Amino acid sequence: MRTADVLRFARDAAAGYPLRTALSVLAMAIGVAAVVVLTSLGDGARRYVVEQFSALGSNLVIVLPGRSATGGFSPANAVTTTPRDLTVDDAAALIRLPAVRRVAPVVAGNSEINANGRLRETVVAGTVASYRDIRSFKMAQGTFLPEADWNRGALVAVIGAKIQEEIFAGRPAVGELIRLGDRRLRIVGVLKSVGQGLGMNTDELVFVPVSVAQSLFNTHTLFRVLVEARSRDDLEAVKREVTALLKARHGGEEDVTVITQDAVLATFDKLLRALTAAVAGIAAISLAVAGILVMNVMLVAVTQRTAEIGLLKALGARGATIRDAFLAEAAMISLAGALTGYGLGLFGAFVLRQMYPVFPAYPPDWAVIAALATALGTGLLFGIMPARRAARLDPVQALMKH
Amino acid sequence: MAVIELAGIERIFHLGDSVVHALTHLDVGIEAGEYVAIMGPSGSGKSTLLNLLGLLDRPDAGSYRLEGRDVTTLSPDEQAAVRSQRIGFVFQSFHLVPRLTAAENIGLPMMLAGIPAAERARRVTQALKDFGLDQRADHRPDQLSGGQRQRVAIARATIMQPAVLLADEPTGNLDRATGEDVIHLLEVLNQRGMTLIVVTHDPKIGTRARRQLLMEDGELRHDSAAVHLRSVDDNPPGPLSGKGGDDVSPAAPALGERSAPSSTA
Ligand SMILES: Nc1ncnc2c1ncn2[C@@H]1O[C@H](COP(=O)(O)OP(=O)(O)OP(=O)(O)O)[C@@H](O)[C@H]1O
Ligand SMILES: [Mg+2]
Repeated sequence: MRTADVLRFARDAAAGYPLRTALSVLAMAIGVAAVVVLTSLGDGARRYVVEQFSALGSNLVIVLPGRSATGGFSPANAVTTTPRDLTVDDAAALIRLPAVRRVAPVVAGNSEINANGRLRETVVAGTVASYRDIRSFKMAQGTFLPEADWNRGALVAVIGAKIQEEIFAGRPAVGELIRLGDRRLRIVGVLKSVGQGLGMNTDELVFVPVSVAQSLFNTHTLFRVLVEARSRDDLEAVKREVTALLKARHGGEEDVTVITQDAVLATFDKLLRALTAAVAGIAAISLAVAGILVMNVMLVAVTQRTAEIGLLKALGARGATIRDAFLAEAAMISLAGALTGYGLGLFGAFVLRQMYPVFPAYPPDWAVIAALATALGTGLLFGIMPARRAARLDPVQALMKH
Repeated sequence: MAVIELAGIERIFHLGDSVVHALTHLDVGIEAGEYVAIMGPSGSGKSTLLNLLGLLDRPDAGSYRLEGRDVTTLSPDEQAAVRSQRIGFVFQSFHLVPRLTAAENIGLPMMLAGIPAAERARRVTQALKDFGLDQRADHRPDQLSGGQRQRVAIARATIMQPAVLLADEPTGNLDRATGEDVIHLLEVLNQRGMTLIVVTHDPKIGTRARRQLLMEDGELRHDSAAVHLRSVDDNPPGPLSGKGGDDVSPAAPALGERSAPSSTA
């Protein structure tokens, strides 16, 4: 029998039992759609995180006080132990390192902001002028924190777009006075809105000179130090130099953690990839279930068409021909299911993107290929047993069934 | 030349503890172009014999030579090829594929044999015309009468131009007039050279054949070949789709239904 004829015969056979065929196609489609949608979610989360990290600036090395347990970075051991103070002077010393371009110490804490007769809780970040260049902030009004001695900052503040919105109702705020705790500060600038970011939303921050924040929160240690390397290739050198210098300054004790953004990113990337794969695996179980359903349907088909199989044998069909026809039917059901599911999955991802525009919910290529291949594979695999059963039927017995 | 030579054929079925000798000591030769009726009571082994002749079943002992070639030792695929090329089957219950049209059912053996679609279409068109089915080409079996269905089945059985046409009670599901019609159709094919072997319960149909084999308990009880009286010209050829109207006078004693059980415990 010619291949085209086998395919046509199988197609007509599948079409001959529309409800049964449609149900198995649906089962297969749901499996594939589940894989596509869930991996879109997982991979969307990964891309989202990667994009957010990239927005932080790319040549960044981050110094945290305290030594993390393993030396590597992971969200679990980011909480460091028994830190010796990481001071503004430590940060200042880093500027002299050859591979370092910029340094910005950061102190952070919660405080109440009181201005224009309104009061709200806010996060205050104490830092220096270079922070703006490291983070590539754009100003909406005024200027960022002025260049000054890090230990003697002026009583000035820069506010985020949302703070301006809420306290000054969108009116120009430069020159206005605000009260942070018991300090009175003059606003010198308003940041351009950057929208939702990872972790802290800069639109809701108030920036003050690092020394002001230290006295406000009555602390000497820094929350972290951002160090920008001269180039991407210098990242490892910066990491080494920073570690060595701070070790020397801290009496030979390595009590800070130096991480590169790449390491953080790689960790998140790995984590979320694993998550996506796990989710895909769970969804793939439904593909196996669909495969078993296809097998069931094909077994029923063999039973229902026993007389037809006997006839085909009487008309000169070889066992292999009958096997191929039933395998082709199983493959077609699986293929139709896989393609329908792929379409449904893409539509689901599209709906997700419409609902959450910031979330890049696109299915990764590997997941699509794996889902389609698994659907076809299980369909064929589970189709083999019924097809062989059909091919082995005794023609005399088969013809007597009617 | 003998198209079929059976020698010492045995076919034994085991049903639990009991052994059924469906065929025993069977020695039969059938010449090319013969018209043979196989008759006998129910359970006498007629269908078993026909299935064996059609290579749907294998004997437990004995040899079967088809057109001079021993076919019992062939592999399943080789047997399938012989079924495809040399043997045509007509069944009591038609066995048409319900989802296929008349034309597609007729073309089925050619499709299985891998004949190109264009050639198939040509031959199916011709067959539809020959069998008076040109108006029914696109009808499905459930849209056809019993007689039309059997004509489709006969067209299908002969589309590969087999050497032997085997029919197991081809009129069993038809009324008498339609049945005669179908028998006449088969006879015309026989007159054109095809060896025709018909299993029937109907003595009227059985006696139309030039040779009767009477089966009983799996044995060949009577072979009319020795006392063959009818001449070939008794039954003039007519158009395939027409009626075989002439009244055939029985040339052999009528065989009634006997109900002797053939199984031995
Ligand atoms: N697959 C089988 N298993 C067991 N016994 C069988 C099988 N096929 C046939 N037989 C037995 O073999 C004997 C011959 O059966 P067969 O079908 O050839 O009879 P038949 O002459 O065609 O009868 P009928 O006129 O009723 O069709 C019967 O006794 C039957 O019970
Ligand atoms: Mg029978």
